[in-house]
Amino acid sequence: MDLVILSAKGIIILVLFVITLLIAAYSTWGERKAAAFLQDRLGPNRAGVWGLMQPLADAGKMFFKEDFIPAQASKWLFILGPCLAMLTALMSSAVIPFGDSIRFMWDKVSYEVPLQGTELNIGVLYIFGVVSLGVYGVMVGGWASNNKFSLLGAIRAASQNISYEIALGLSIIAILMMTGSLSLRSIVNEQASFFEWNVFTQPLGFIIFLTCAFAECNRTPFDLPECETELVGGYHTEYSSMKLGFYLFAEYINMFVSSAFISTLYFGGFHYPFMNEVGSALEKSMGAITGHNIATAIQFILFFGKIFFFIFFFMWVRWTVPRFRYDQLMNLGWKSLIPLSILNIVITGAGLLFNFKYASWLIAIVMIVLAITTTVKAPKREMLTQQS
Amino acid sequence: MTEFLNFFKTLTPTGYLFLVLTALTLFSAIGVVTARNPIYSVLALIATFFCLSGHYILLNAQFLAAVNIIVYAGAIMVLFLFTIMFLNLRREDEESKTNLTKMASVVVGGLLMVMLITIFRAKNAQVTTVSSNTSFNPNTGLVEHLGGLLYSDYILPFELVSVLFLVAMVGAVMLGKREAGDRHF
Repeated sequence: MDLVILSAKGIIILVLFVITLLIAAYSTWGERKAAAFLQDRLGPNRAGVWGLMQPLADAGKMFFKEDFIPAQASKWLFILGPCLAMLTALMSSAVIPFGDSIRFMWDKVSYEVPLQGTELNIGVLYIFGVVSLGVYGVMVGGWASNNKFSLLGAIRAASQNISYEIALGLSIIAILMMTGSLSLRSIVNEQASFFEWNVFTQPLGFIIFLTCAFAECNRTPFDLPECETELVGGYHTEYSSMKLGFYLFAEYINMFVSSAFISTLYFGGFHYPFMNEVGSALEKSMGAITGHNIATAIQFILFFGKIFFFIFFFMWVRWTVPRFRYDQLMNLGWKSLIPLSILNIVITGAGLLFNFKYASWLIAIVMIVLAITTTVKAPKREMLTQQS
Repeated sequence: MTEFLNFFKTLTPTGYLFLVLTALTLFSAIGVVTARNPIYSVLALIATFFCLSGHYILLNAQFLAAVNIIVYAGAIMVLFLFTIMFLNLRREDEESKTNLTKMASVVVGGLLMVMLITIFRAKNAQVTTVSSNTSFNPNTGLVEHLGGLLYSDYILPFELVSVLFLVAMVGAVMLGKREAGDRHF
């Protein structure tokens, strides 16, 4: 590997890392603003213009709090817990393709570096690996606290993550069957034309994946590991100072990364309609290097637009849908999502046999019709209250 | 001594990686056995699986590495940790350290050692001839190659193993199933 390419890669990785942290920090601000908007309040508006310095103020407060370790806690594991949560959250963005590539001249040699941490031919499996490790941070921290509530939160988190990982994996398999590759870049490139975005060919898989992403991030309506009404603070009851900050921060990084994955897998990644036309027009007018880089920058910005939409969607759902009960959560995961995703795989496979890409719509339409008929047939709420 | 140092000078970066990984693997594997607290033991086992995945990557078997992490470190060890957390084995459990168990473990360990030694002695002659630097195919461990092999040459064992897994799953469901009239928790 050339030293120039290596340093260019290093710079790209560093920039992506900083962007991840910045977005996670400002997601906390965005979350509070979104909550305030949905509840007809103002939200943070004291620190800086529109409260923009709020994340910095929060981090400063976190650092100056007393860093407390309970007497009966297992000290090293207590410290390891938040570190693991942060580590696994940061690892997963390495394989996301954020844009096409950057071209530059150095020493009269032209280079082309893809805008991606690393291009793995097992990108999807890498994500599964990291996602399945994500639960260790919560489990280790919850157990090490030596607190019944923390342990219960940790155990809830573990069983929830294991249950929803299966449906998550099965829903992606339908995409893998259509793409025929485990590399995220080829999955993105497969969705070059607008109507072949996987959200149009795999509507059911998208809904299953979205639901599982909520569960894997421990976001409402699936935030039972930190259910305040039952478990005080859940797995981080005993945590304070920046260790607590790491747990909360890891949640926002996970949210960013899963938004990026949803956009990559189902919404064409960095592709947008007429991308090739825009790219060739820019290259014609501004030269192969500058034009190509500007085209890549446009892709990058639009990709982040998609990511921001999904981050907002996460917040929107959080302040709209109430929390599930634990048995409802398990029933949804094991009795609805897993059978549905297996059915989706079968139907998609049958469709591919006859070169019909939109086979997944068959189940989606049947489900919509079923939902409508059951709601029409169901007895009205007013009648029920009158009878009782 | 100088020979020993020269050995390190001749190593490629991959060689250094291999040595470091091997040291880590052995260290964490010993940790699994020596840790007094079962939780530490499980965590050391997870670290061992990670090091093994590193070895797979060095051998260019990326698929095996990823699956090792997903299945062993990500699923099976989570369940192990889960169970041990419920048992709450914080204090030393003296019951599991009677003379009988000690003797049994010595016998089992000795047998394993004998088996490993015989395997290595028998294989030693073949290994040098079967895979040398020139005949080694770097694509062996890649997904495409593996998938092709599994669905062509090894289709029968592959399907049999999946039936076996199905049987195990049905058995587990049968054991865990609530009979009519059982108590609901």
